[in-house]
Amino acid sequence: MKAKYFEPFRTLAVILIALVIAFVIISLVSDRPLETILIFLWEPLATKGHIGNLIEMAIPLMFTGLSVSLLFRANLFNLGAEGIFYFSGVVAAAIAIHASLNGFLHPIAAIAAGSVVGALLSAIPGILKAKWNANELVTSLMFNNILFGVGLYILNYQLRDAKAFSSASYKFEPTALLSRIWPGTRVHAGLIIVLVMIVAAHVFLYKTKWGYELRMTGANRAFAGYSGIRTARVIILTHLIAGFIAGMGGSVEVLGMYTRFNWVSLPGYGLDGALVAMLAKNNPLSVIGAALFLSYIRNGADLMARLSDVPSEMISIVQAIIILLLSAEQFLKFWKNRMLLKEARKHG
Amino acid sequence: MSGALLEMRDVTKVYPNGVMANYKVRFSLREGEIHAIVGENGAGKSTLMKMMFGMEEPSEGEILLRGEKVKLASPQDAIDRGIGMVHQHFMLVPSFTVAENMVLGMEPKKGLGIHFAEAVRMTEEMSRKYNLAVDPKAKVENLTVGMKQKVEILKALLRGAKILILDEPTAVLTPQETEELFRELRLLKDQGHTIVFISHKLKEVKAICDRITIMRAGRSEDAFRTADVTEQEISRLMVGRDVVLKYDKEKREAGETILAVRGFSLAGSAGSRLLSDVGFTVRAGEIVGIAGVEGNGQTPLVEALTGSLAGTAVGGSVTVKGADILRADIRAIRKHGVSYIPEDRMRQGAAGEASIADNLISTQYASGKLGGGMFMNGGKIERLAASLIEAFDVRCSGPKQPIGMLSGGNMQKVVVARECSTEPDLLIAEQPTRGVDIGAAQFIHRKLIELRDRGCAILLVSADLNEILELSDKLLVLYEGRVTAYFEEPSAVGEEELGLYMLGINRQDPEQIGRAVHR
Repeated sequence: MKAKYFEPFRTLAVILIALVIAFVIISLVSDRPLETILIFLWEPLATKGHIGNLIEMAIPLMFTGLSVSLLFRANLFNLGAEGIFYFSGVVAAAIAIHASLNGFLHPIAAIAAGSVVGALLSAIPGILKAKWNANELVTSLMFNNILFGVGLYILNYQLRDAKAFSSASYKFEPTALLSRIWPGTRVHAGLIIVLVMIVAAHVFLYKTKWGYELRMTGANRAFAGYSGIRTARVIILTHLIAGFIAGMGGSVEVLGMYTRFNWVSLPGYGLDGALVAMLAKNNPLSVIGAALFLSYIRNGADLMARLSDVPSEMISIVQAIIILLLSAEQFLKFWKNRMLLKEARKHG
Repeated sequence: MSGALLEMRDVTKVYPNGVMANYKVRFSLREGEIHAIVGENGAGKSTLMKMMFGMEEPSEGEILLRGEKVKLASPQDAIDRGIGMVHQHFMLVPSFTVAENMVLGMEPKKGLGIHFAEAVRMTEEMSRKYNLAVDPKAKVENLTVGMKQKVEILKALLRGAKILILDEPTAVLTPQETEELFRELRLLKDQGHTIVFISHKLKEVKAICDRITIMRAGRSEDAFRTADVTEQEISRLMVGRDVVLKYDKEKREAGETILAVRGFSLAGSAGSRLLSDVGFTVRAGEIVGIAGVEGNGQTPLVEALTGSLAGTAVGGSVTVKGADILRADIRAIRKHGVSYIPEDRMRQGAAGEASIADNLISTQYASGKLGGGMFMNGGKIERLAASLIEAFDVRCSGPKQPIGMLSGGNMQKVVVARECSTEPDLLIAEQPTRGVDIGAAQFIHRKLIELRDRGCAILLVSADLNEILELSDKLLVLYEGRVTAYFEEPSAVGEEELGLYMLGINRQDPEQIGRAVHR
């Protein structure tokens, strides 16, 4: 076994351990453990409707996972996708309500507005980091709160429909909604958009000069600077792109899944994006699989809660274990050390 | 081996980034001795010491304490077993008093509070016992460096250290303080303590140590009795060059001036002078060497030439092909045809987790040769990387291998290959073969000479006397930020003669030094 296969292997091992623990918990809690496990594993794939649910939940996860992957790749620990996802959703909703355009241009305008606003908002922690070395984790987490507060204000005082029973906006113009692309499910055109974005990000990261600058800045900023790469610009550019993608994700989610804007709390996709990015090892193409996997176990847990006696919160434990083991550097390190030793000896 | 207090058997350490810092290192410490570990920077001394003190765990091999196998998982483990350490950068709380620092983490209690009087008493007792005079009530921030070091030593002793590891203890001391430290160390030895003394100053090692272990490129030589080896022998073993390097360089007429430093003075942050009236030129097709004991202005000079000027230029000019580069950043400087081999390949010279190919193209990915527009041509990159790997004899599994997995020598070849591949007009080479095995060093030297023969101007900054005397066409000596000597025939200069200038004992007259500046 070579050291370069270590990371994928480790990820697989982590997932397996988490699933085994899930089974153990189910066995302890459930009266009919085998049946429950079967529901958890099989039910998300059992019907067309369920597969549709799985895919539709994976779409926002792919957007935020991709956004966070790019940031992590540049060694920027920014968790601001959460607030941007929310706020761009508000922006897209405002355009979906107030603009009147045809069915082709309307969603494009709304998504473009949400994405651009996301990019600009994301640039703020980026500039703070690049110019004054402000810790992007702190600034981006603070921004999540600020954006949520401002977004909620806009929802309650500008967009809110008094006739709706809860905090919800006016209905979107039908022209703004994203069309369904798979009859019988709610899978919407956002899937195509996100797949295009993922491929574009892959090409950007591995085939363009800007992507090269991003990877080198992430791998060793001192080295990148020494080579003549303007790392401050790379950091700001990375934030712009990541914010653009997160903002697009929020807009697409709102227009694809809802007819009114009704998020009165942060939806959590931004932080889930960090989990997807970790599972995908910050690789754009792997984000697809990672998001589908996360969506799969979440849907499995929901169905399990509905069809058996185990509550869906169980899945939080599984997720926590995955995050814990993936970020625990020591986990399986002895094994990597052995492989490294072997290779080091070979090359002397 | 019986009688060894602490023994490390075939200890290997591979860091997660693939760097093999120690390979089958053997080290054996006898009770009551002062044992030196010497080696060049990057030879693996600090890794060995970290494993001894539980800061890093060995990847392979075992550590025996009094013949018993031990696992040191943390510094606390080491302290519990009577191993203490004095770091090069002191680990003291500046705003606390000496006594408070002494008892940090093991404070004597009085009810819920700390019993300060007891702390002071304990400090005084230790201070008397070991004859290390400190004022327990003085604040650490007001102490001199030498005093802080005493506090560190006492701190370790208070925690029951029988083995004391000192990491480059004299690097920050004045000669007088060093003398005092040595007296104290001898006293400690007489009281039955065992001391590990890490250093690269051979004179001091000779003066105080009983035995010596030499590290080179992550491997250890056998331990010697200090009395049995001369400084020259130690230095030869450290550098690993029994054979003196000799190259047949063709004499060439130097071309036009590429780099010109004229009357350059630099002030540091505290108003200190980093460089005073430094002047020299480097012309096309010649290698100009800068010799000097480390810390005599080489670093600020190179920083000024590579766009990371520290301090304020208070006079003079630095130009490349007539263009002022003093206020330019490295990107702009590189555009003038300048390449730079940095001193620290791990920090600046390479991105450890990135592939060899990615590391090879970092200074020319934007040049247009590897694909126009915003795209890069993967095939061209692969071909360039493969040809450079072959031309520079980099031992690796292929261009896609992460560079961090290579040995120091091979990694340095990649750095040199990259900096040479852009056909620079001026190459600034800072310690280009430090911590590199002999084969790779010779290879790199030949490549530098080849580059010179193609008309490149090279500024070579090195602490390796053999290297600098052999490669340089012209040689300057820096001492305390001043040029103290200029030689037009470096190969005719003896190491001893050069040493006198490096230590500031001799100094040439200004007229002789002024000849370093050509038109």
